[in-house]
Amino acid sequence: MSATEQPDRRAFLKSLGTVGATGVAAIVSTDAAAEPQAAAPAAGAAAAAGPGTADTTRAYSYLSPPDAAFVEAAVDRLIPADDLTPGGTDCGVATFIDRQLGGAWGSGDRLYMQGPWQKGSPTQGYQSPLSPAQFFTAGVAATNAHCKTTYQKEFDRLTREQQVTVLQGLERGTISLGTLSSQQFFDLLLSLAMQGFFADPLYGGNRDKVAWKMIGFPGAIAIYSEHIKTYRNKKYDVEPTSIVDLS
Amino acid sequence: MATRLKEVDVVIVGLGWTGGILASELAQAGMTVVALERGAMRSTNPDFSIPLIRDELRFATRHGLMQNTARDTLTFRNRQSETALPMRQLGSFLPGEGVGGAGVHWNGVTWRWTTIDHAARTHYEQRYGKGFIPPDMAVQDWPMTYAELEPFYDRFERTAGVSGKVGNLRGQPQPGGNVFEAPRDRDYPLPPLQQNYAQELFDNVSREAGYHPFPRPSANASRAYTNPDGSRLGACVYCGHCERFGCEANAKGSPHITVIPLAMARSNFELRTHSWVTKVQLDSTKRRATGVVYTDVTTGEEYEQPASIVALCAYAINNVHLMLLSGIGTPYDATAQRGVIGRNYCYQPGGGGVTLFFEDKIFNPFMATGAFGTTIDDFHANADFDRKLMGGIGGATITVGQSNGRPIGYRPVPAGTPRWGAEWKKATAKWYLRAMNIGVTAGNMPNRYNAYDLDPTYKNVFGQPLLRLTYNFLENDKKVVAYGGQRAAELARRLNPTSMTGPGTLGDYSIVPYQSTHNTGGAVMGASPKDSAVNRYLQSWDVSNVFVVGASAFPHNSAYNPTGPVGALAYWTADAIKNRYRKKPGPLA
Repeated sequence: MSATEQPDRRAFLKSLGTVGATGVAAIVSTDAAAEPQAAAPAAGAAAAAGPGTADTTRAYSYLSPPDAAFVEAAVDRLIPADDLTPGGTDCGVATFIDRQLGGAWGSGDRLYMQGPWQKGSPTQGYQSPLSPAQFFTAGVAATNAHCKTTYQKEFDRLTREQQVTVLQGLERGTISLGTLSSQQFFDLLLSLAMQGFFADPLYGGNRDKVAWKMIGFPGAIAIYSEHIKTYRNKKYDVEPTSIVDLS
Repeated sequence: MATRLKEVDVVIVGLGWTGGILASELAQAGMTVVALERGAMRSTNPDFSIPLIRDELRFATRHGLMQNTARDTLTFRNRQSETALPMRQLGSFLPGEGVGGAGVHWNGVTWRWTTIDHAARTHYEQRYGKGFIPPDMAVQDWPMTYAELEPFYDRFERTAGVSGKVGNLRGQPQPGGNVFEAPRDRDYPLPPLQQNYAQELFDNVSREAGYHPFPRPSANASRAYTNPDGSRLGACVYCGHCERFGCEANAKGSPHITVIPLAMARSNFELRTHSWVTKVQLDSTKRRATGVVYTDVTTGEEYEQPASIVALCAYAINNVHLMLLSGIGTPYDATAQRGVIGRNYCYQPGGGGVTLFFEDKIFNPFMATGAFGTTIDDFHANADFDRKLMGGIGGATITVGQSNGRPIGYRPVPAGTPRWGAEWKKATAKWYLRAMNIGVTAGNMPNRYNAYDLDPTYKNVFGQPLLRLTYNFLENDKKVVAYGGQRAAELARRLNPTSMTGPGTLGDYSIVPYQSTHNTGGAVMGASPKDSAVNRYLQSWDVSNVFVVGASAFPHNSAYNPTGPVGALAYWTADAIKNRYRKKPGPLA
């Protein structure tokens, strides 16, 4: 179905706009994964990460339904499903991004926020008056505006090929997002997606340690004094352990 | 109105390696000592316990143990013609916060600097003529010789539990060690760490090429160790969570498990955490400090701590900031070339390294320690290496190490691989275990325009001006990095990798990507108040009861990591305070 339009998840999410957050979580997760009814998102990270436990993959506490639809589509293009891993959303990467944006980091808890503001040179780094979460949300809105102008649809409703074209345009800076740097927005999106894919499953991404299994990273136990010589030029094949597993 | 507290002999600002060493030495000498640390208390258990310490996102990506730039940061520009803007989040370097400071989250690489470093201007002028040093390069000699500092290097290595192999024992070359190192009076306290596969390949190929590989000295204990003070270190487990993390095994030489507990055991020592020093108070003559003013950041209450001696032991950057905020010494003016406080800021240019990819080799990059590595020093400490070949001053070390294989930060892929999508994923899955890096670390010579002053616009959370950094890489740096990169690439090609990336070239310095936490200078030591902020005992020329300890004192930056001489100079300064200043307060030089 690569050239066809994505399932209309956006309209579905919008139709749920009046339902409370728990209700959305329950309905969406049932719909998405055909698993038993999800517990409330408050069930926590451990529940989200453990196989066979409650599925909060598509329960969002920060992202609005249209923003969530954007993020899911974007992380599925950045981290596409293949024989190595499921797609980004099914790996929990959209959940991860939602939690990061809604948490202390997203609100810029360690960001120097005082003005005056100037664009500066790239070597001077981040100079936006927006918090990371605000910057991200503005980037999503601006990208969707670009997609509406160019394709008459929002990003999540484009074909996969169109979505890839848009992401490449952001990455290369060939798409203008007005006052926002498209490359800076893309770098934020990509870095969050990679963090979510590779971080400990504690944070909602890297479900079932798929990314660690993919590359051969053994995770949290990490006591290797006896292995340097034993595994010289030899793969260390173990089931990875996460903080969740050890907690 | 600040609450005035009882006077003490010594107030120490910042409790990391340097503050910890001074606290331990001076408290044991019977002086009353108060240490003010702006961050929180930290202990191995529970703060660095498993599993919580294995959290790459929290500690490595989100900088869990680092200074919070929301409260205080610096502004930065590449050149004087630009407007400096705030470093709004950490990137290029990572100053620590909390008890133990950066000594908690460092990697542990512990060099003694070279005899050339101790007499940099003299060496290059004598060997290559005065014209070899560019006019804007403010390189100058250290105010003490290597031989004078040797016992203090030894003291620090024994405190921190450094693993290594002697290469120059009292002038006699020792095979397997760094034959170019300055003479040592005895070997390291611990044998070298194990060598991994990548290091073994590099060791062999660099030996074949005629170079002199050796194990990089490392404050990651190769076996369990009790230091001369009775502090106990565990054996390193090669966990790959070292830099940016605290060590759960107490295997990384750190002040919170060595010198700080020694001070804490004394009733004449007091630690106050969450205590942010905003100013050193001077009397009306501006030649004498009466103490410091600090804010308890948990209440907002302001206090005045009177003291006979003020020791600035904050991170190198913050030492300079406090001097400028307090009016200690004359601020440096790069245009007029007047003053000294803020001059000779240096860093460490990178970019010369190469990454090698092998279809048929497995490196297990997650089996790693902060500091283990195999290094060649043929283009740096080697005085016989002809700098005219490089066209520049200084040099570069070339190392194969492996500080981590943590997957958010470490995902090598061959050149030309997209950053995302199906092709990226296949490449990441394929090459993660099959890549190794040959790193190049270049020294950095001072330039008259690379300097700090106070920012005219931006303020910290206390309303004080931020420090302003003007810094760029210069022609000398580009030459040194290019030369080191070419040598690294030659060695890489001898290993016949399937493909390789790098070496890169050096452009403008950027404050964004992490490079190293090796910020040096700004309150440099020297033989004359004309070109230095502190004398040979790290004592302010202008305010003789203020000592400024740390890498802020380095007149230039070596191709080595800074913590070896930082520790040695802290012991040296403590010795001068105990045995000289205390007997006869006043200028020691």
